[in-house]
Amino acid sequence: MTQTATAPGTAASATAPAASARNLTKVYGSGQTEVRALDGISVDFAAREFTAVMGPSGSGKSTLMHCLAALDSVTSGDITIGETPLNGLSDKSLTALRRDRIGFVFQSFNLVPTLSAHENIVLPLAIAGRKPDPEWYDTVVKAVGLADRLGHKPTELSGGQQQRVACARALMSRPAIVFADEPTGNLDSAATGEVLGFLRRTVDEFDQTVVMVTHDPIAAAYTDRVVFLGDGKVVDEMRRPTSDAVLEKMKVLSAREVAGTAAGG
Amino acid sequence: MLRLVLRNLLARKLRLALSGFAIVLGVAFVAGSFIFTDALGGAFAGIIKGTTADAEVLPEGGGAFTGAGEDARTIPAAVEDDLAALPEVASANGYDQVQGVYVIGADGKLVGGNGPPGLAFNYTETEAITGDQITTLIEGDLPTVATEVALDRVTADTAGYAVGDEVELVTPGPEPTMTATLSGIIEFGSEGGLVGATLTIFADQAIQDLFFRGRDVYTGISLNSAPGVSQAELAAAAQQVLPEGVEARTGDDLAAENEDAVGEILGFINTFLLVFAVVAVVVGTFLIVNTFSILVAQRSRELALTRALGASRRQVNRAVLIEALVVALIGSTLGVGAGYLLALGLRALFGSFGPDLGGASFVLESRTILVSYTVGVLVTLVAAYLPARRAGRIAPVAAMRDDVALPESSLRRRLLVGVLLSLAGVGLMVGGFAGSGQTGLLLIGLGMLAILVGVALVSPVVGRPVISVLGAGYRRAFGSIGVLATENARRNPRRTAATASALMIGLTLVALMSILGQSAKATTDKAIDATLTAQLVISNAIQTPFSTAIAEDVRDIDGVASVAQFRQAFPDIDGSQAFVGAADPEQLAQALDIPTAGGLGALPDDAVLATSAVADGQGLSVGDPVKMDFPVGTESFTLLGTFPPNGAIPADYLITTDALEQAGIKPADSLVYINLADGADRDAVRAEIDGLVAGLPTVTLKDPAEFAEEQKQQINQLLYIVYLLLALAIVIAVLGIVNTLALSIIERTREVGLLRAIGMQRRQLRRMVRLESITIALLGAVLGMVMGVVFGVVLQRAIADQGLDVLAIPWGQLGAFVVVAAVVGVLAAWLPARRASRLDVLKAIGAE
Repeated sequence: MTQTATAPGTAASATAPAASARNLTKVYGSGQTEVRALDGISVDFAAREFTAVMGPSGSGKSTLMHCLAALDSVTSGDITIGETPLNGLSDKSLTALRRDRIGFVFQSFNLVPTLSAHENIVLPLAIAGRKPDPEWYDTVVKAVGLADRLGHKPTELSGGQQQRVACARALMSRPAIVFADEPTGNLDSAATGEVLGFLRRTVDEFDQTVVMVTHDPIAAAYTDRVVFLGDGKVVDEMRRPTSDAVLEKMKVLSAREVAGTAAGG
Repeated sequence: MLRLVLRNLLARKLRLALSGFAIVLGVAFVAGSFIFTDALGGAFAGIIKGTTADAEVLPEGGGAFTGAGEDARTIPAAVEDDLAALPEVASANGYDQVQGVYVIGADGKLVGGNGPPGLAFNYTETEAITGDQITTLIEGDLPTVATEVALDRVTADTAGYAVGDEVELVTPGPEPTMTATLSGIIEFGSEGGLVGATLTIFADQAIQDLFFRGRDVYTGISLNSAPGVSQAELAAAAQQVLPEGVEARTGDDLAAENEDAVGEILGFINTFLLVFAVVAVVVGTFLIVNTFSILVAQRSRELALTRALGASRRQVNRAVLIEALVVALIGSTLGVGAGYLLALGLRALFGSFGPDLGGASFVLESRTILVSYTVGVLVTLVAAYLPARRAGRIAPVAAMRDDVALPESSLRRRLLVGVLLSLAGVGLMVGGFAGSGQTGLLLIGLGMLAILVGVALVSPVVGRPVISVLGAGYRRAFGSIGVLATENARRNPRRTAATASALMIGLTLVALMSILGQSAKATTDKAIDATLTAQLVISNAIQTPFSTAIAEDVRDIDGVASVAQFRQAFPDIDGSQAFVGAADPEQLAQALDIPTAGGLGALPDDAVLATSAVADGQGLSVGDPVKMDFPVGTESFTLLGTFPPNGAIPADYLITTDALEQAGIKPADSLVYINLADGADRDAVRAEIDGLVAGLPTVTLKDPAEFAEEQKQQINQLLYIVYLLLALAIVIAVLGIVNTLALSIIERTREVGLLRAIGMQRRQLRRMVRLESITIALLGAVLGMVMGVVFGVVLQRAIADQGLDVLAIPWGQLGAFVVVAAVVGVLAAWLPARRASRLDVLKAIGAE
């Protein structure tokens, strides 16, 4: 992986996707209580791109991310992370895949409270029994601006700092893709800016791939591309989003959903 | 509120089940102790009542169930006729009873022994006060000649003999062994069975010929009353015709006296068992406190919500206590049931080396139930009180916050109390050393208890270095998994320490006992090495004296220079049973090198030697009189000197054989010391003596080393019983580890989810839990070993002058205990680790 800065959205489509989903369905329950969280969805996430997944609640955006991130199983369909198809992998292999090829940032409770910021950052590598590349470690730590807080325990860090530590951890193994689940959902606007700014930089400066689930149009504006979901399907897509455009699109989608529900019900 | 409480209980079945289990085990031990001793008492009462007639005619002061020794006195047979002639007497049955008659089974092994007596008597048709005939012929015929015997059914079955078979017998008479034909089988009348005692029935003439040198005498005469005659009237009438030195006693009176005497011994057994019950309950208390603390901590938000909704502080407090009460009641109920099973287990344990309670009935007295419930409920409520009070202090506003910190008393206060308690304990121990005898030991014991509790309190702090050392090792061996495990153990120092403390208490006692045991064995070795000058020893293999004929036969063997016969008796001194040995002083002086004033060989018949320990304890000095209560009456001896307590001579007091025989105790040897003549062929002599005792499973021939080994074997046996009983406390402590881990994992569900999400394998997660478990177990083990060693050394020093003058610490064994503790940690982690590794990753991350 080169460290050459790439302009957003240019070379992306030329290379193989960092993650792709083909005809994914995820069904909860059966019979009367059956819920189709994902309904034959197909989507690609290009490498070195920052993508937002949006949609009303119940649209399947979280389920999609959990399935892509090998945290949940699908009812049918195929997922590929980098060049690795997930089909038929054992729990052990999936766990190793999460550890080595996927980065995570959750909405909250990202860090092991007994470990320092430094220990949290290198935890996936430590679990794998590997040492971090010191150069890469310095680069990431400097980028998240945590160089002076590495010895602190999570409880001694602010919410924004904790999320930045989580981002640093997600990047430490140079994963094929980083998934962020509403990473700024619990943060104030200043901290939100710091975290999103950092995710943006990881794509721009470190050639990383980030997929973020969010419901915040301002957060979406940091990305290269927004994928809109509804009823377990991709319903629309937007390149180079602005917060106003995203907000507008969300309104339309919600209205359509309300109308659809009314018509269907 | 009550409904809320009950719903809570149902929602947390699993967590409460574990703490409930601690109550079950603690209560089970209490209930089991009582049920077992009740059964034992019932069985003995059955034997006593089943062998006592309306009135018993005996030599004065005789007839005690647990006497000073076997009474040598007899009653002329003619008295039986005088009694039978009385109008108040329906029947008078003279009998001869002999102890030490054992049956050798068809497989060559001795039946019974090790406590229960081997009784022989002639058959009578006496009816006991229970209304049953003491013995009834159920098969074959009664013995009529000296070459015939009858056996009780259980003994015949165990021995594997049928009517007509040739039966091998060991006897205390002039012929140490004999063979007789089994003429019939008899049934013992009482319901409880014989508790392992064996009955051999001889013909009237045969028993007198064999054991009474053919004299026409009885050891007692049983009287059954004519219709309408009371026991008192019967005894009074009988007394009129009795010669001097013989008395008639009512059956009820004699039975009551014997039951009291047995009750005293049973009380001792009960106390012994209850000590372990207390240990189990104390350990269980730690577990209950811990469980409720964790439960309250985990529910603090929910409790705060009930506070916010208007529940008063007292209501919240009470809710937790009611929850505890419900658990206590259920736990106690199950505990009583488990106690019943435990009592059956104790029966098997005791049966394995002595008393057989196969026929005893195990009853649940209301007293047992009352005590069990009281213990279960009180302990649980006391244990739940502190967490409950803390729950009440949760501020209502805490319900709104994300992370609720439960108000906890600071570690500093706990530390202070712990240190003060430990210091008080040290003070008590120092005081104990300054004091003397029982008071001193009591103070030392109290000091140990205070230190134990004090250390348990400060263990969150004193445990830190142990965890740090382990943590460093883990980090090196297991990397980040090891770091996480160590940090988890450190996260709640109180919880970890409380869990480890439960194990610490059990292991402190185990280590203490193993040091005392090892020291006792080393002391035995040293004593036998230093004092035994005899080259061979014949000892009783089944704790029952043997025929004096054996020593006489050995004396005739070429190459034997001298033979010393050592006897034992158990008369009361100052109201409590004493351990008295008797020997011919000159013979004994050949066999043993015991320095005493004036020399061992110069002991006159009216003098006594005492061990220095006993003399100190009783406050005796040379020249003081020592009064011993024998069946014939009280005999007074003058204290001539003292000797150091000694494994080579199992007695606290030593008198002459002549004095013992004068006191009316039947001659029977417990030990025979043999000195060989100079230049005698040791192996040849030994072979000859071996041939002499070959057919006698009641005795064994040993050289000094083997003799020491035998003594040590007895110490080991006692140790194993103590270990077995302590094992229950350790089981409870292990449950405590399981409980703490399980609850901690529930508490850390999100963290487990996170770890799995970022790539921790199931195997690694299980290892993490296992390492935390081992940390807790080793913390308890290390603290326990340290305390056990300190206590062991202190106690050995304290009782050094009472016959434990060598300190021996079994380091290897103590190390093995630590290893076992680590293994226990692995086992305790099994379920919690499995549970953690099976958590659904997504659900775990999303958990509250």
